[in-house]
Amino acid sequence: MIPSIPRPRLLDIAYTGYVVLFFVFLALPLVVVAVFAFNDSQFPSLPWEGFTWNWFFGAERPMIGVFHERPILRAIGTSAFVAVFVSILSVGVGLSNAFLFNRYRFPGQGLLYVLMLLPLVIPGIVLGISILVFSSRLANGAWEMAEWDIAALRPGLVLVILGQFSFIATIATLVIGARLQKFDRSLEEAALNLGAGRLTAVRTVTLPYLMPAMIGAFVVAFLMSFENFNTTLMLVGSDAPLTIAMFDRLKEGSTPLLNAVSLLLMIGSSCLALVMIAFQRRP
Amino acid sequence: MTVDLECLNLTKRFGSMTAVDNVSFDVPRGSFFSILGPSGCGKTTIMRMIAGFLSPSSGDIQIRGRSIVDTPPNKRPVNMVFQHLALFPMMNVADNIGYGLRRAGMAKSEIARQVDAALERIGLAGIGRRKIDELSGGQKQRVAIARCMVLEPDVLLLDEPLGALDLKLREHMKVELKSLQAAFDTTFVYITHDQSEALVMSDRIAVMNHGRFEQVGAGRDLYYRPGTAFVAAFVGDTNRWSGRIERVAGAQLELRTDSGLLMRGAAHGRPLAAGDRADVFVRPEAIRIARTADDLAHFDNRIAGRVTSTLFNGAASRILVQDRAGNEEIEVNLPQSGEFAALTRGSEIHIGWSGDQGNCFAAPGS
Amino acid sequence: MRTQARLGLFLLLTPLVLWLSLLIFIPHVDMFLVSLRERVGVGEYRLSLANYLTFINEPLYLRTFLRTAVMSVIATVITLMIAFPVSYYIAKIARGRTRSALFLLCLVPFWVSELVRTFGWMILLRETGLISNLLQFVGLTDAPVEMLYNDAAIMVGLVYTSMLFMVVPLVTTLESLPDEVIEAGYDLGGSGVAVMREIVIPHAMPGIVSGSIIVFMLSLGNYLTPTMLGGKDSLWFTELIYSQFIVRFNWELGAAFGFLLLGLSSAIVWGMLKLTGQSLEKSMG
Repeated sequence: MIPSIPRPRLLDIAYTGYVVLFFVFLALPLVVVAVFAFNDSQFPSLPWEGFTWNWFFGAERPMIGVFHERPILRAIGTSAFVAVFVSILSVGVGLSNAFLFNRYRFPGQGLLYVLMLLPLVIPGIVLGISILVFSSRLANGAWEMAEWDIAALRPGLVLVILGQFSFIATIATLVIGARLQKFDRSLEEAALNLGAGRLTAVRTVTLPYLMPAMIGAFVVAFLMSFENFNTTLMLVGSDAPLTIAMFDRLKEGSTPLLNAVSLLLMIGSSCLALVMIAFQRRP
Repeated sequence: MTVDLECLNLTKRFGSMTAVDNVSFDVPRGSFFSILGPSGCGKTTIMRMIAGFLSPSSGDIQIRGRSIVDTPPNKRPVNMVFQHLALFPMMNVADNIGYGLRRAGMAKSEIARQVDAALERIGLAGIGRRKIDELSGGQKQRVAIARCMVLEPDVLLLDEPLGALDLKLREHMKVELKSLQAAFDTTFVYITHDQSEALVMSDRIAVMNHGRFEQVGAGRDLYYRPGTAFVAAFVGDTNRWSGRIERVAGAQLELRTDSGLLMRGAAHGRPLAAGDRADVFVRPEAIRIARTADDLAHFDNRIAGRVTSTLFNGAASRILVQDRAGNEEIEVNLPQSGEFAALTRGSEIHIGWSGDQGNCFAAPGS
Repeated sequence: MRTQARLGLFLLLTPLVLWLSLLIFIPHVDMFLVSLRERVGVGEYRLSLANYLTFINEPLYLRTFLRTAVMSVIATVITLMIAFPVSYYIAKIARGRTRSALFLLCLVPFWVSELVRTFGWMILLRETGLISNLLQFVGLTDAPVEMLYNDAAIMVGLVYTSMLFMVVPLVTTLESLPDEVIEAGYDLGGSGVAVMREIVIPHAMPGIVSGSIIVFMLSLGNYLTPTMLGGKDSLWFTELIYSQFIVRFNWELGAAFGFLLLGLSSAIVWGMLKLTGQSLEKSMG
């Protein structure tokens, strides 16, 4: 069943129809969320009460728009803060790991590689509680032994960052490692041959080659962190990132404000994704 | 003589592009037929139409007199050895060979027997349990052929299967393919862009260009009596000059090249008249070398010149000779006797060839 | 040179070891140890299997655990069934620009937070939602229909949320199958079904396995979808973990639950790899 194999027309049409239906299924929830962001009503549901920008720019009750809703704006800031830290950490560690697994041979390497993959198959919520349990016990221990209160070990942004980093680092390692795998070592040897030192060769030849993968890994890490829910839920303190803040509101009942935030999120993610694709296109 | 495969006015258009243009040919039972042409000439399109992966825009394909145009590829009595062989990597050798037999619903024990027989026949008995990626290039080749041959197809199609092999193995496989064809006594249709593959193996060759057959014939005919300028240039190495015909005397004619060199050539029945623009083709091995002009007295083309480079290549060694006026560079084969082995760049030399060896064709567009 | 290489190895090994030990290995061991504690007084604990016994003896816990596992398996199978034909279409039937455009379209919804996607389904499925209104409009029903808060809604959400993780590995493996091999399958007399069964599916197996592992894992560990789309009777095991930790402060029992969830997901992942002869490195890397 590839184009060169003749097949009945009816089957062809049915197959194409199925694929179209699939894409409708994919698009439907997002389209609905986006459209109801403009409904001039207190509820993101039918009937349609008319078009309004109020859920974005509205400044007075009952329709306070996203840009005047302080808690939401603060949550976006928190999320961005966490995401930047997670991305920097993940790309740094991922780069180091990629070199480690690509350039060195040492006993236990295979086992370490499998261990490195494990965070991908551990449910996010389990990652969250294990870090929560461990850090709390450390904090309690520190308090009992020296009356030393380590705030960083209590649920809060530091733990959120560490929790997200614990599995996003694996993804960064895989993305950067895949590109390093394709790198032609003789380019580095040519640099050495032309008088560069080892580190200079890596800095001037290998790192520029890895740049698209590093940017890609950064963007992926940023987006994954921004939209992470499970791990964050278990580690969050008083400063809620956006997903948690929205979740809390959603439980209380939804207004088109949430649709507006969601639409902004979609636009933001799409832009980031486009940036990444643009960078990946480079040879 | 019965005909296994016959194509009648076969045409295939892709949009406004005509890939195969009104091609007709037939292949007698048990013969080795090749379609030779540069990439993009339409030979793969013909093969894929015969196999059933493309349907012709018009024309008919018949196997043993029955049209198969409306038969789906899995029901045609034709099998194909693919360019990259397309062995199934998820199956071992025996399962690959037995695949078609399983599709035909043959009993398991019978399949096993036939697979063993096929393996024996291709000289690979006992490797049925091996994985595909454990085979060498030549072994894969043979398995791909055996996989088709167990189905006893009326026609076996081969789509440049030697392309991926290295030179030594390719030379070896040419001979082996020819003997496999003789052993299985099946009609082979082989497509290639490599003239040597076609010349060595085929009973008949069709030279194809721009969707048309330029000439169909035995390798010897194509080589010595090319029917078109394209065939003359494509099959074998050749010197080529363009010029204007000055005089025609029966089959003989005189042509002055654009650089001013006068040569004698032959039209071999093609209509050429004085004043026509024409191309003349002379094979490097048709040209003799001598130290003095007298040794070449019996040739009607004689040129004195200087060696500009020597191209040593064992039996196929050549020199490039420039005529005194410095107009043309002529490629000439060195005789195998070693007589002229000492020639170096700058040596003065005489060359000559018979006008009969200079195949003349009307220049394109004239 | 040798000492330099050793220094380099050491420097590169440090972040990896710190990460894996402090954030993965030790926390999980610690969680296991906590799950083996039983509180006997204020700040007094002893080693026991009490938490695991509670799990076995309390029908709600065990039932939720099994339900979560079974529903996750079903979600995985449905996702595979839906995704395979689409992936095949993208990888083998669509050509050139259409192919990359379709593939990109598949990715788009997943750049958006899971919360947004779930929210979208809530708007669609609820009593006042779009589908209910549509059904009334068409005349199939004359009163609003509540399609939210049941197992089917959870299933829709899970399948939707996991789709990408099935499509990407499937498209990647199917793309690596040369057209020539499929043509050979037909040329040698195979029917469409035979070619699918003997050639395409065996070839796609690594993709099927890695896609299924990830989808199963994501479904099992999902919290958002069951919470938002599920009803009172459709409890998910992650919800139990959350309530033990955050609502009841019974960390010992919560840790035991967490460990059971981890055990279940590892067992199924391992079983699936063994069953199909794949390795984790090949499936994930």
